[in-house]
Amino acid sequence: MIPIDIIQSTAESLMDKAAIEIPEDYHNGLKSAAKVETGSLSGYVIKAMLDNYDAAKEDRCAMCGDTGTPRWYVKMGNETTIEGGPIALEAALRRATANSTHRVPLRPNRVHPLWRTDHNNNVGIGAPEIEYGYEPGGEWIDLITVHKGGLFGTDYRMLFPSDGIEGIKRFYLDTLVAFGKRGLACQPAIIGIGLGGCKDTCMVLGKRAACLRVVGSKNPDPEIAELEAEFKELGNSIGMGAMGFVGKSMVIDCHIEVGYCHTGGMQMSMHAFCLSSRRAVARIYADGRVEYRTDPDWFTDYQRRETVDWPATVETALSEAPGH
Amino acid sequence: MEIREVELSTTPDASAIADLKLGDIVYLNGLLYTAREGVYTRALEKKANLPLDLPTESAANFHCSPAATIREDGSFDMGAVTATASFRFAKWLPEWMEKTGARLIIGKGGMSSAAYKEYFVPNGAVYLSTVGYGTGALLGRGIEKVEAVHWHEELGIAQAMWIIRCKRMGPFIVASDLQGNCLFERENAKIAKNLDKVYEGTRPAVLKRFGETDDREDELIG
Repeated sequence: MIPIDIIQSTAESLMDKAAIEIPEDYHNGLKSAAKVETGSLSGYVIKAMLDNYDAAKEDRCAMCGDTGTPRWYVKMGNETTIEGGPIALEAALRRATANSTHRVPLRPNRVHPLWRTDHNNNVGIGAPEIEYGYEPGGEWIDLITVHKGGLFGTDYRMLFPSDGIEGIKRFYLDTLVAFGKRGLACQPAIIGIGLGGCKDTCMVLGKRAACLRVVGSKNPDPEIAELEAEFKELGNSIGMGAMGFVGKSMVIDCHIEVGYCHTGGMQMSMHAFCLSSRRAVARIYADGRVEYRTDPDWFTDYQRRETVDWPATVETALSEAPGH
Repeated sequence: MEIREVELSTTPDASAIADLKLGDIVYLNGLLYTAREGVYTRALEKKANLPLDLPTESAANFHCSPAATIREDGSFDMGAVTATASFRFAKWLPEWMEKTGARLIIGKGGMSSAAYKEYFVPNGAVYLSTVGYGTGALLGRGIEKVEAVHWHEELGIAQAMWIIRCKRMGPFIVASDLQGNCLFERENAKIAKNLDKVYEGTRPAVLKRFGETDDREDELIG
């Protein structure tokens, strides 16, 4: 059983790490962009951002004043139980969010959509979001916090099979250019694209593609991986860079995730995880061990499965069957 | 291109503003205040009295919600500060600038050149953009002291009016000048020349949406 006090203390340190420390994969991606950027203004901007990461770490200060909308992705092995159960888990994550907002401090961004009520702690109706995933085998829990910015760079469109790759490219460029102007998307960014699913799951897939995969990762489908590379190149050939100034760095990496969709549709969502790509991850084991990392490792073969049964489950069931 | 760095007071005189050129990097000294939709609504629509003497104390309006907290003893902890996108405040800015004499509007993404010509230039004001976006920690180093926070009980911490004494706070980038030129529109115009080529091999969606434009030079902001 996973001790609840360790869940809360780990969640609090994850909140700090996400807000303060740029993940290494994004940091390296931006350093590579700095080397090839020839635009004088956009090059200046990237250099200032690299300095800013150092300042944030030195001063233990949030890297950006807009600390996004903190949320949680929780993943568990199949044998995991939590002290106090799922209700205690959710309470611990809400407490960690509120405490860290006050302590770091983070900007209390979350308000009521109509009455603009601000609890000054990033907690309220439906906030923070807590989403779940499961993996076959093991007794552990992964806590992943993502503090994504919330206003610009994201869009959804219902495309159809006849739109084809040309239509996907059009919507991709439209979204990059529209939100790239004046740098509203805070590019260069990790671009996540969701294809398929239903409207809601398409948005979820694209957001997870942006926030839960590291720079340099590839979709296991080689043709989709080729599209990812092609789209990264296409985004960086627009002629636009940081802050919408002339330049060549819009996309640090492009990640595409797919889900089966309605036979008549080809849903598409776009998400930009910005110059402050805030995410932090830890795995907690039943014996209280905590391992921190920056790769959420969300998209496992199990998460992308397309069969009715999962072969590993079948194998385990067979091996445990009497007389096997 | 060499990038010029200048230091500027938050109560700048006319010649200091006239000297600024698009793309200059600015570091600010003096008092600045945060004001965005919450403050504008309360001051302009609900007619609340301003809690400080503007523009005597400060002519610098920062479109910012800081990552900050008010401690139990009433003192402040302010870490990172960065701007929010300014175009959404066009509805209030002309009246605000007239009322407060603001000469530096500081935010994210700038306004349209039409807005600069219509009410920035006549007020002798220019727009400074934050850099990045998101040099929150660097800007945080420029906070000498948080002098006060006003209206936080009515508006919450994010929308409150924070009064910040800054010492060489920056970098900011000059995004408009006294001729009403717009740095972002200048850059957009250069980029637009390449867009037809980039879009080759793409196709518009088979199902259109109302209100869309295919004019890729459109600035898209109000």
